[in-house]
Parts: sequence; structure tokens; C-alpha cells
Amino acid sequence: MSTTGVSLKTSGFGQTRRRDAWWAQQLVTLGVFSAFVVYSTWAAFQGEFYAWGPYLSPFYSPEIFGSSPHALFGPRPEWWPAMLPFSPAFLILWAPAGFRITCYYYRGAYYKAFWADPPSCSVSEPRKKYRGEQSFPLILQNIHRYFLYAVFIIWIFLAHDAWKALWFTDAATGETSFGIGIGTLVLTLNVILLGGYQFGCHSLRHLIGGNLDLLSKAPVRHAGYNCVSCLNRGHMNWAWLSLVWVAFADVYVRLVAMGVWTDWRIL
Amino acid sequence: MATANFRIWRGDSESGGFEDYSTEIDEGMVVLDAVHQIQAESAPDLAVRWNCKAGKCGSCSAEVNGHPKLMCMTRMSDLPEDETITIEPMKAFPTIRDLVTDVSWNFEAKMKIKPFKPRKPDDEDGTWRMDQDDIERVQEFRKCIECFLCQDVCHVLREHDLHEEFIGPRLMVHNAALEMHPLDTEDRLGDLKEDQGIGYCNITKCCTHVCPEEITITDNAIIPLKERVVGEFYDPLNRLLRIFKSKDSDEPA
Repeated sequence: MSTTGVSLKTSGFGQTRRRDAWWAQQLVTLGVFSAFVVYSTWAAFQGEFYAWGPYLSPFYSPEIFGSSPHALFGPRPEWWPAMLPFSPAFLILWAPAGFRITCYYYRGAYYKAFWADPPSCSVSEPRKKYRGEQSFPLILQNIHRYFLYAVFIIWIFLAHDAWKALWFTDAATGETSFGIGIGTLVLTLNVILLGGYQFGCHSLRHLIGGNLDLLSKAPVRHAGYNCVSCLNRGHMNWAWLSLVWVAFADVYVRLVAMGVWTDWRIL
Repeated sequence: MATANFRIWRGDSESGGFEDYSTEIDEGMVVLDAVHQIQAESAPDLAVRWNCKAGKCGSCSAEVNGHPKLMCMTRMSDLPEDETITIEPMKAFPTIRDLVTDVSWNFEAKMKIKPFKPRKPDDEDGTWRMDQDDIERVQEFRKCIECFLCQDVCHVLREHDLHEEFIGPRLMVHNAALEMHPLDTEDRLGDLKEDQGIGYCNITKCCTHVCPEEITITDNAIIPLKERVVGEFYDPLNRLLRIFKSKDSDEPA
């Protein structure tokens, strides 16, 4: 028997008596989330190659002002300051970006991966001071439900885009006919994954019925609460799958529009 | 039979150190069995709190290889055979001696939560009627055995010692059990926001991961309470709707 001179409380960044690879999950979160932020920012600033035929990149939808045939209100508006760069993505990307940043799942994930607050469960932190979401600035995370309202509107446009991606115009005759391309499947799957993520949102779960103590008195809201709760149980998976796929959908449309990839027609 | 090596904390919060022990392990043994065997063989003064040995009393909470666990529910066969197993007391609370911690703060903090305040009885005999759908949601929270592993792993308490500002996940679960109860009429949202510091929770879900009763603490208790607090204090649209609703209810019937 021997006594070792170690203090009971571990202190100092990353100190723990855990022996598993506690850092692995945080490393994946850090890598994937950083890659997404870098790519989506780059893609938003491009302002070109975001549409091809019936396809419109989800980073640019709805295209409120823009140069493609998908634009709702024509080209870049006159009132846009000439000194500022313009991209149709600037007008809408704030909503999904804000929704993901204030999402309850992502908050927990990036507080750990980016702020080491904590680095992982029962692992010591680099800072002693902690205010959490109790005060400014992180108290602003409470705005989440307003971003939810905004992304629902965008999701309806994305669903409409997936519908439009079923109708191809013949360049020679100008006739429009039903068809399914790989891009149709990519955009449709994007709508499904984003729907799974957004309809499983914790704020929606509260608004649709979670705020009631007597759910049985509101059967429609009760059914909605059960549906949202069902999706909410897989919220993390929906969050990551939809994040990766929405980026891939932009990559797909971009590369097809640039002529690098060919959009294979299934029907 | 195989020999397992242990490094167990001996001492209290102020002073102490780890001591090494070895004991023979039989098939089916849990960590608490091994600790009892060490007590019998070589350390009769080793302090350990335990009671049911069935994961239902919440007494034998400790940290095994850095993970908050119930020792009676941690199988030796699930731990690496060739490594020394570290056992230490929970770190979010003062250590009384060896593996025994003083968890009385939890009960004192619990007293600050407004108690159950039911609506008037539904029937003249003083009874109520509840729909199973309404009570189902809070039944999950009643599974809590008060082992306080969730409090131990919570970095707000463990790392930052904010016991005065934040009541921790266990007491959030208790709050949720009362606040969402179909008969309860008390309003605890103001207390949750101010005195009980719900905003300190940054949703790392560590509490959910360590819960031996598998209560979905973060998603089903803390986040719904956070959302209720948002609706009450931070949502301007909700405030506006409440003004109109209160005006409607002020009008004479």
C-alpha cells in the first residue's frame, strides 16, 4: 500500500482522471462545424453558380433579389449600397445561421468543442470565471424561437424548390416536362433532413404543447407535441445530417452549374 | 479469479491521498463488492456509504476512473482488466472521509423550491381526477433516486462552485416535476430565473449521461423549464399576447 501525493480536485485545462478519448467527440464537432462555417461563408460570398436549370442552391433560397430565373423580385436592388458586396445569400443566410447557433443541441456541443466550457464531462476547464447563459452576451441565446419562425418560412420555399426541381425545360423547344434528376433527389432529401431537424426543435416542442400542463385538454396540440417529441429524441442526428447535406446540396448545384459535374436524369 | 488493482482516495477535502490496494475478483462482482472486500481484507477503516446494492438508494455514488457512477451498478468486467482502477469521492461536495461526501447542501437547496400547491379538489370528497397523458410526463422525474451524480458531473457546481447561484440538475428535475404537474398551481419561473440560476446551465448534457435511472434530464426537464422562463421573461411577442389576454379576462362577462 502506498499513498500518492495527489490532490482530490483536478484543476487546469484538460485535467481529468478519465482514461477514455474524451476529446475525440469535441475534435469531430470542432472540425465539422468549422469546415461548414468556412465553406458556407465562402459559398455565400460567391454570388454565382448557385442555380442550374430547375435547381437552386439552398444557401440562396429564397432568392429574393438576384440574377437567376429563380429571383422573386428581380436583380440586385438599386438601394443596396454600392460599396458593399452583394450576394442573394446575404439576405437569407442569417436565419438558418442564427437558428443553428442558438439551437439547444449545438449550444451544448460548441460550448464544449470551441470554448472548453467544459472540454468534456468531468474534465477541468481553462477558466475559473463562468456566467453561462445567465447574463449578457449568452442570454441572447433565448432568441432561438424567433429564428425558428424565420427558418420555417425558408423551409417552405425549399420545399417549393424541391417541387420545382421535378420540372425540366427543354432548351430546344422551351417545353417543360416532369423529370427526376440526381439534383432533384439531393434537394428533396435536403428538405426532408432540414424538416426533421426543424420540426424536432426544443422551442417548437414547447410552443406546440410543452407549455401546457393539461395536454389532454388540447388534443390537437397533444398530437403535435408527441410528433415533435418523437423527432426531438433524434435531434442531434438530424442536426448533423441536415448540416452536412445542406452543404452538399450547395456543392452539387454549384459543380453542376460550373459544368464540373453532370446532372444525371433518372426519369 | 483475477487480481485487480485499485487506487482509492483516503482522507477528506482538506488532506489525504490515494492508496493502492489489490484484491481477487470473482465473476459478477461490481466495484462496491471489491471495495467491501478491500475493507474486509486490508482497510477496515475505509469509509464508504452504501445501502441497497441494487441501484435504487443512491448511496454509493463515487467516481470510478473519473466517471461519476454508482459503485453497486458498475461491473468489474466493464472496466479495463490490466489497469489500476481509481475510486474517489464525488467532487462537487465536501468529502467527510474517504469515499463519503456531505450531500446535505442538496437538501437545503431543495427547501428553497416552492412546494406542491394543488388546485381545489375536483370532487366534494377532496379527490382529484387526472388524465394519464397529463401525469405521464412528470412520472419520468419521479424515478430520481437522489444519488446526486448529476450534481457531481455538472461543471457549474463541480468546477465553478456556484452552489449559491445555481441549484443544479437534480433540483431542476424536482422543479420540473412540480411545475409540469397537472394539479399544481404554483408559479416557480421567477425563482428559476433569479435565485435558482437556470441560465447557468449551458446544456452540455453531462447530467443526462450519468443518470443511472436514465432520466432525460436536459431535454425533458431543464430545456422545457428554460423555454418556460423564456416565454415568461424574454419573449416580447408572448408578453404582448398576455397583455391582450389579461384585458380580455378583465372585461365583464
